Amino acid sequence: MSEETQEPVLLIVTPVRCEYNYTPGAATQKFLRGMEKGKIMGQACDGCGRVYVPPRGACGRCGRATSKEVQLKDTGTVVSFSIVRVPSENIKVDLPYVAANIVLDGADISFSALIQECPYDEVRIGMRVQGIWRPESEWGTTMSNIKFFVPLDEPDVAFDKIKEIS
Amino acid sequence: MSESTATGEELLRADHVMEYAYKRSLGSVLSHFFTGLRDRKIFGIKTAKGRVLVPPSEYDPETGDATSGFIEVGPGGVVQTWSWIDNPKPKNHLQEPFAWALIQLDGADTAMLHAVAADSADQMSTGMRVTIQWAEETVGRIQDIACFVPEGKS
Repeated sequence: MSEETQEPVLLIVTPVRCEYNYTPGAATQKFLRGMEKGKIMGQACDGCGRVYVPPRGACGRCGRATSKEVQLKDTGTVVSFSIVRVPSENIKVDLPYVAANIVLDGADISFSALIQECPYDEVRIGMRVQGIWRPESEWGTTMSNIKFFVPLDEPDVAFDKIKEIS
Repeated sequence: MSESTATGEELLRADHVMEYAYKRSLGSVLSHFFTGLRDRKIFGIKTAKGRVLVPPSEYDPETGDATSGFIEVGPGGVVQTWSWIDNPKPKNHLQEPFAWALIQLDGADTAMLHAVAADSADQMSTGMRVTIQWAEETVGRIQDIACFVPEGKS
């Protein structure tokens, strides 16, 4: 093809790629070792008692260490969510899907997870959910032992209550 | 040898990758520049004061006035400043030791950052003349310029 008949260049691809080696640190390491055994291990602040999961080793509010281990159940409450309509290479579920911030029962901080087995437009703040685990033979030191969360047949948590837990 | 925590437990480690595969829409001025690279030409653009900016931008960085009028520059130029790279990173275009250099192409009033392939740092000097070496295949990206080489050496 001659130069004259070629289209102008309108786009360039400029990937940003960061490869790194992650070391979780003492608190998150305990959490990941717990996940390996099917246990969700959070930590409570020595000062205010707030429970963090996954734990980072210190309380974000008062700055003190979180040395007390707390085992949590896999049930919780949706405190925020997004309906995702854009594909992502590392999330292989049908669009649209819901990514939610969930506060586990007994925890004081949320983490994000997918909600499945529920129409995306029926997810709501205050909805009760439970984690669905992969088969035990597939468990590793990873949060993804819980595949996703599904709705629980329980009444929603009232908004005033949500304000307290999130 | 695996490392361990204070309690003697094996320390967990994992390789993580964070990647965004951005596509950048060029706009009319940079589109002309990258189309030029594909056609093995380097274009600058003129400011209202008559300075030639390479790479071209839509506005004069000194005055904010719009620029207009593409002008072909190079393929030779002068090294304004440089830094020798003994150990290229895996992502670097050149995998042998090379110099990053600000190169003022003939006809340009600004310098452009690119790589100079020289045998050693001894061959590099501020004010040296270099010339462009095009990639075997040009598609409209900055790597269409494979590198610059000391003039008379290509």
